[in-house]
Amino acid sequence: MAEKPKVAFYWCASCGGCDETVVDLAEAVLDVVAAVDIVFWPVAMDFKRKDVEAMPDDAILATFVNGAIRTTEQEEMAHLLRRKSKLLLAFGSCSHLGGIPGLANLFDRESILQAVYCESPSTVNEEGVLPSVRHNDNGHSVELPGFYETVRTLGQVVDVDFYIPGCPPTARILRTALQTLLGGELPPKGTVLAPDYALCEECPRKDSKPVNLSISQFKRPQEVLIDEEKCLLTQGLLCMGPATRGGCEAPCVQGNMPCTGCCGPTSRVRDQGGKILSSLASLLESKEEGEIDQALATIPDPAGSFYRYGLPSSLLRRRKLPDSNLEPPKVR
Amino acid sequence: MPDPKQGTLQEAWQEGAAKANTEYVRRRITIDPITRLEGHGKIDVFLDEAGKVERAYFQVPELRGFEKFVQGRPAEDMPQITSRICGVCPTAHHMAATKALDDLYHVDPPPAAKKIRELVYNTFMTEDHALHFYFLGGPDFVVGPEAPAAERNVLGVIAKVGVDVGKKVIAMRRRLRELIALAGGKVIHPVLGLPGGVAKRVTSEAQKQFREVAGEAVDFAQFTLQLFEDVVLKNSDYVSLILSDIYTHRTYYMGMVDDSNHVNFYDGSIRVVTPEGGEWKKFRPQEYLDNIAEHVEPWSYVKFCYLKPVGWKGFTEGADSGIYSVAPLARLNVADGMATPLAQQAYAQFCSVLGGKPVHHTLANHWARVVELIYAAERMKELADDPQITDPTVRILPTQKPTEGVGVVEAPRGSLIHHYWTDDRGVIEKANLIVATQGNAARIAMSVEKAAKGLISGTNIPEGVLNKVEMAFRAYDPCHGCATHSLPGSMPLLIRVRDQSGNTLAALRRDFNGSVHRD
Repeated sequence: MAEKPKVAFYWCASCGGCDETVVDLAEAVLDVVAAVDIVFWPVAMDFKRKDVEAMPDDAILATFVNGAIRTTEQEEMAHLLRRKSKLLLAFGSCSHLGGIPGLANLFDRESILQAVYCESPSTVNEEGVLPSVRHNDNGHSVELPGFYETVRTLGQVVDVDFYIPGCPPTARILRTALQTLLGGELPPKGTVLAPDYALCEECPRKDSKPVNLSISQFKRPQEVLIDEEKCLLTQGLLCMGPATRGGCEAPCVQGNMPCTGCCGPTSRVRDQGGKILSSLASLLESKEEGEIDQALATIPDPAGSFYRYGLPSSLLRRRKLPDSNLEPPKVR
Repeated sequence: MPDPKQGTLQEAWQEGAAKANTEYVRRRITIDPITRLEGHGKIDVFLDEAGKVERAYFQVPELRGFEKFVQGRPAEDMPQITSRICGVCPTAHHMAATKALDDLYHVDPPPAAKKIRELVYNTFMTEDHALHFYFLGGPDFVVGPEAPAAERNVLGVIAKVGVDVGKKVIAMRRRLRELIALAGGKVIHPVLGLPGGVAKRVTSEAQKQFREVAGEAVDFAQFTLQLFEDVVLKNSDYVSLILSDIYTHRTYYMGMVDDSNHVNFYDGSIRVVTPEGGEWKKFRPQEYLDNIAEHVEPWSYVKFCYLKPVGWKGFTEGADSGIYSVAPLARLNVADGMATPLAQQAYAQFCSVLGGKPVHHTLANHWARVVELIYAAERMKELADDPQITDPTVRILPTQKPTEGVGVVEAPRGSLIHHYWTDDRGVIEKANLIVATQGNAARIAMSVEKAAKGLISGTNIPEGVLNKVEMAFRAYDPCHGCATHSLPGSMPLLIRVRDQSGNTLAALRRDFNGSVHRD
């Protein structure tokens, strides 16, 4: 019997939702198991790092890595898996774009550690103890991975072949991506394995979006009773649909809430935040600069809204750091 | 020609050094990573020169820093941002955040909205508890802790209970998850929660689907209890395993109860009982800061919760130590009963067989989880049957200025607390999150240490130790159904015994297929 192609899954700074997507393939996951040999999946299988290290280079056909790169251990694993895999895939928003953990790039490492371990109102820590990479506890040397200054995407750490978008990717997107990989005819390197059109194209409310949509101000979801049929932008809600890749079939809109942009931009757009900003500006009623500013001021958190999932991969990448802690990132 | 005298000296020196090293060698066992944990986990065990366990560390080697980077985000985005803390129990974070928004905006959602939230929440609890019983915890009992490792997995469970039951479990879970998506847009990271209500009403067509699945879920839950009775309770070996000292800790317990002191997952007061079982305190979620504190250890990224007035006394149990426990066993220990009839029946049996409350046996969590599964399914049915669930009024627009808000739910793995402070525009200035696993973090650390001490001796580690050490933390349901859903195999484990300088002395590995070998 011919050897089945080897596939691996690994997670970095993520929530486990991408792994749940694999499980949500439901019956189809049995087809996957029948078609491939899963050689590494810490969440479900023998996760021995040593086993991966012992494999010849390129032994794995495809490795799916979800999660951003936040700690030293995650970076080491990214390099190891790159070496052992013919194809490396960034699976889900965090490894594709940085994801929600990437919002941490609006802050620096020290302020994060201070907030969590010292400033938290329920934390009692008078001595200011922080987790440390190496700690001697009564003669026992206990280690932790280092925590980097900046969250990076997988592609910013190692060479990535393909990207699978979404937070998490839908089971349908994953299924299609798997079929593409196993089908033999690979798309060009760097392809995002999902349809290359804006979400509005497949939105169930597409027909209710007027050709000449015009907005005077933005409304927050708690300020308005949301119509279950009408285009959300038409209702003044900030919907990321125009600047976001489709393929997910708009589940958030089907839940009567706006798209928040998790699938990232289409291939024609370099910066998702820049794209939504220009889209919104063109929809504004007024063309006066002052009035445009006023309308945009009704969006309370432009950085967090336009770059919810993509700050590390955007042109901005992160808030500027004081010179003392510029890259390369130090670890504790 | 070498000086013979010097040679002797050198030899003597080396001999002495070797002797000293032998005296002081601390052997070390690393389990890295452990699985069926959402995220990463690691256990480090240190042995003394006699090969006895001196200290075991249960470590969480990961941090993302949500408390910091939510600063500056609009409060209404919190249900969707914080669900990304955990993709296995996103609904728990989503709901705690949504309730914190009600409190923040001083708005009381309309009755239908509260019922829709609780309906979705109990649908989630049913799915999550069933998953743990059959795929995570189940193999230890249904197949057996000392069954051949190759059978001690979900396939073994299916072999024992029948393929039809296996299919039934997979189908049940999928249908429950489809319902969460129907009401919440997405099942992984739902979008329904808003201050003052929910984004989408439940249509009568959707209600029909909920009713149908809820009815089946109640039958399914009862079937699960029957299975637990047949397999576990009728087996005296299992009963004595549950009762054994190695898996027992006398700590405080915490959980949410309604006005009648019945378990409630969605709303109520937080009740704490002492290790002797008396009520220590019952408090409103908003008073959590007076009662709960977190302790920092330099060797883990997780913070350890304890009762603030009792204080942190290190990793010790008893009434003088503030360490408490959360999750199913804790919830049953703090409650006076269950709010639904079938669950109440199961609860009464649980209490009488285990000799009254509080039950301190960690492994009894598995049984408690089945009692809760029945409650979740029955509650789901009650809410699905409620005519008010289809009321189109599911939102009240907040009119008051946002200030500060606390939201608490019982996640499958314990009490989950979200606390936000905002500016006048409702933009987050500060957030505090106490997640369920933290409530058990100290007790899990003790459980792992106790199991290690009771089971590990020297470098000659018997194979059974792998599963027994796992069982010490698995009973708490370390979040994470992901692993085990449809995939065959047992939890792989690596135990390495290392000397002080990190050289591996021995390694024992259990593979995905359950076979155990020495490397």
